[in-house]
Amino acid sequence: MASIWEYANPVKFIRTTDRLLPWISVAAVACLAVGLVWGFFFTPEDYRQGSTVKIIYLHVPAALMAINAWLMMLVASLVWIVRRHHVSALAARAAAPVGAVMTLIALATGAIWGQPMWGTWWAWDPRLTSFLILFLFYLGYMALWEAIENDDTAADLTAILCLVGSVFALLSRYAVLFWNQGLHQGASLSMDAEENVADVFWYPLLVCMAGFILLFVALVFLRTQTEIRARRMRALIAREGAY
Amino acid sequence: MPELGKYAVSVLSAYGVSLGLLAVLVGLSVARARRVKAQLARVEDRQGRQHHG
Repeated sequence: MASIWEYANPVKFIRTTDRLLPWISVAAVACLAVGLVWGFFFTPEDYRQGSTVKIIYLHVPAALMAINAWLMMLVASLVWIVRRHHVSALAARAAAPVGAVMTLIALATGAIWGQPMWGTWWAWDPRLTSFLILFLFYLGYMALWEAIENDDTAADLTAILCLVGSVFALLSRYAVLFWNQGLHQGASLSMDAEENVADVFWYPLLVCMAGFILLFVALVFLRTQTEIRARRMRALIAREGAY
Repeated sequence: MPELGKYAVSVLSAYGVSLGLLAVLVGLSVARARRVKAQLARVEDRQGRQHHG
């Protein structure tokens, strides 16, 4: 069986992901289409929240990916720090804009959902605030990559920033458990049957979450390939200049 | 179209904003992937000719 470290080879990574990308992309589009159409057109209104419950099919998967994208970046950054594999640093860089957009979707849909339900677009609630800070960390992470010319130095410094930001990624997930005074409700999708959403909403939500995960994987593969090629191009141009 | 009642604007704007952001993200990712791939091919081609020329 091939070792996972073989994929730290850029050529091997591009060759493997090239084969997987079409399948993952088609699966992502299929899951998103089925989940969103099912959720939007074929689920009933909630007895308390009315039709706003349909926002759950975007808000929850986006929030899920906002946190997990950062955790994926954390793992990739740790691999870079420990083993110095360029592909892992570039994968972390590639995932950041995807995670930032997911966080923005979670914040925007949360505000749009919150206005009719809570009577306000925004509150300095623990979960909302930690999500906003997570979004700012994404912006800072991307800005740091752009600001530093040397790729290895940029990878080192962004890896440190990623470690620090992981505190807020975890806070975003567990804030409602730490502080109980916020507007945001507790976990809606726990294994506790009393707290879980009804099956009629749960099944299309599961399909949407699968779609968001697959979309994230497809985009990270594509963007990592791009970062690998861009890095090779910078190296070739630098060598050209040295002759 | 399902009956969205008094929350129609909220629900439709949530879908509009989210799908719009996802479309922009996918579009920019694909466009940059194509552009960088073509640029790298040009640089490799140029360097290949220099070495053999």
